[in-house]
Amino acid sequence: MSIHIPEKDWFKAPTGGERVWIALSLVWCLIMFIMMPVWHFKGKQNSTGEAYRVEPAQFMARVQQSIQTQSVGEENGVPIVQPPPGGDAYLLGQMWRWQPILKLKKDQSYRLHVSSLDLQHGFSLLPVNMNFHILPGYDHVLTITPTQTGEYQVICNEFCGIGHHLMTGKIIVE
Amino acid sequence: MSNHLENQVRTCDTTGLPVCLNAQKFIRLHGVCAVVFLLIGAVAAILLALTRWPAVHLLNAEWYYRVLTLHGLNMLIFWILFIEVAILYFAATTLLNSRLFSKGVAWAAFLMMIVGAIMVDTVVFQGKADVLMTSYTPLKADPMFYLGIILVAVGTLTGVFNFFATVYIAKRDKTYEGSVPLVVFGAIAAAVIAVVTLLHGAVVMIPTWFWSMGWAEAPDPGWYRLVWWGLGHQSQQVNVCAMVSVWYLLATLTTGAKPLNQAVCRTAFVLYILFINLASAHHLLVDPGVGASWKIWNTSYAMYLAVLASMIHGFTVPASVEVAQRARGYVRGLFSWLTNAPWKNPGFSAFFLSLIIFGFIGGITGVTLGTQQINILAHNTLRIPGHFHATVVGGTTLAFMGLIYYVVPLIFQKEFYARSVATIQPYIFAAGITLMSIGMSFAGSAGVPRRHWDVEFAGANLAAGFDSGTHLWLGIMGMGGVLAFVGLLTFILLTVAAVFFGKSNKGRAMTPWATPKSLVTEGDAEAAHDERSPGTMVLVIVLLAAFVVYYFANWLALTDVWHVR
Repeated sequence: MSIHIPEKDWFKAPTGGERVWIALSLVWCLIMFIMMPVWHFKGKQNSTGEAYRVEPAQFMARVQQSIQTQSVGEENGVPIVQPPPGGDAYLLGQMWRWQPILKLKKDQSYRLHVSSLDLQHGFSLLPVNMNFHILPGYDHVLTITPTQTGEYQVICNEFCGIGHHLMTGKIIVE
Repeated sequence: MSNHLENQVRTCDTTGLPVCLNAQKFIRLHGVCAVVFLLIGAVAAILLALTRWPAVHLLNAEWYYRVLTLHGLNMLIFWILFIEVAILYFAATTLLNSRLFSKGVAWAAFLMMIVGAIMVDTVVFQGKADVLMTSYTPLKADPMFYLGIILVAVGTLTGVFNFFATVYIAKRDKTYEGSVPLVVFGAIAAAVIAVVTLLHGAVVMIPTWFWSMGWAEAPDPGWYRLVWWGLGHQSQQVNVCAMVSVWYLLATLTTGAKPLNQAVCRTAFVLYILFINLASAHHLLVDPGVGASWKIWNTSYAMYLAVLASMIHGFTVPASVEVAQRARGYVRGLFSWLTNAPWKNPGFSAFFLSLIIFGFIGGITGVTLGTQQINILAHNTLRIPGHFHATVVGGTTLAFMGLIYYVVPLIFQKEFYARSVATIQPYIFAAGITLMSIGMSFAGSAGVPRRHWDVEFAGANLAAGFDSGTHLWLGIMGMGGVLAFVGLLTFILLTVAAVFFGKSNKGRAMTPWATPKSLVTEGDAEAAHDERSPGTMVLVIVLLAAFVVYYFANWLALTDVWHVR
């Protein structure tokens, strides 16, 4: 019984079905473990956590600069920025908006720098459903390649105060 | 040799086991407080379900986040910690035939826990801590919030110390011979993990409290997340360990099951202690500042050895029930042992449904979502609460409910009213939580965020939203939430009625819940004893097949999204 002192010779190797199941489980655990390094080298979707220290004000300045030099218009007062393919793109999260709107080209890669001016935020791209965590003081670099054209919403999925649900942004892929 | 003090022990009229009266007092005290926190958490839960159900959208934004903070803390921390300290006191005294180490230490632990918990709930109600359970820096709460959590953590550590001291004096006084029972072994494993967990809590909460007092700089948000999840995730692993111990306990109490191979069960618990602490990484898989190899190694608990442990328990627990049932004569076919199990015993149904929900929904989704790259599809979406409501609610809380159906008659010595309602209660709760979990998971697969007041984004400068199919899943989540609430409230009413107004059963055995009838006589059962469990083998193969399909379906879904490095 599980609530009584076990018999003296309780330490013995598993037998029968129990042994088969442990072996099967171990094999499955190893398959799941191997999948991750394999995908890291062969797969196209990885989160490598590339990041650099950055003061929020400093990051803000970089965003402002990209708006001044690469702006191609605006929507509802939010500037639309078209970064050069293969180059750096900047996205700033703050209570409660993402800016600027980014205009990207399909199948071109960008070094997308995302950071926060204030609290922690969640970068969530819809309806693709890709999610990354954003911290103040960290320049999170996502090397992304859009694979579909269209208009995509960026929302915040980490609680950032009472207006959290108002925090939206946009990425346009041509 | 028992070490009980004179007049400080009674013999249980049902099981014949010794009950230390000091331990009994604190088990009752912790049990009552646990159920009060469960009630606060439950009221919060129904308000949240009715807010996130878009057709209802009950609370305003301010109260939604406030109630969400309250729900997380009361359910995940207070209810669970109070009941777990009670389980530790029970395991170390009754099962080891020992007295409780110290009444004074037990009082100190209890007072710190209850004062801390009341402090936290008070500041949250006052609106001075709308920071959610995780209180991610630089989001700042009132200093009393952090101080309350520190008190709860130190109080719990003190209770865990009392447990270890009791295990020590039992060994010293030779109150038992040989190895400790399996349930005690599991409790020790849970307590070891709890110590590591609570130390993480101290390391992260003390500097954060200093910061809230203006005495120190804000802790780095990345560092905060790493260490906070050493508290937040590992405390869930304490729950897993405690829940598995309760599975073994309830399997024995309800069907007379006996672990097949003690060495296997115990090794699995040791795997938890060794590897489960790495799981803080599950929350940092799409974070900046931590690299791919760190993420891969830690998220897999070193090659999934802690998952292996759960898969082992997932076999040994039902297999022990199968062997016990077959010995009773239920040998026909693969599953007559299961169909003839005592399904009208709420202790059994709660335990077995907990096992199924934890394994088939909680376990499979948890390991898959915790896969480094797949987490891109899941981080901070409703898939995450969809997963953990299947582990910690459908799994742990349901198992603890099953336990309480025995604690009330055996430790409180009170009988339940409305026993036929008790018989169906676990089914209502299990159905509700399963429906809710599935609704959350599918809505989350479309990207619906967790911790979010309005997925219509009304008033946002740039429009966003979800399609009607997603709204349907949110409706299913809401309905599941309502059903689960009905099941939970039924449980609380039954328990409170029994504890405070129930008929005493002092001096006689408890009125038994349904027990499995034996088809054979005692002697035949001994003769026919067979250690094989083919039905369980089929069940676990089905589990593994579901696991493989779900796991690779998620890799397939990952190939659809943009390329990212």
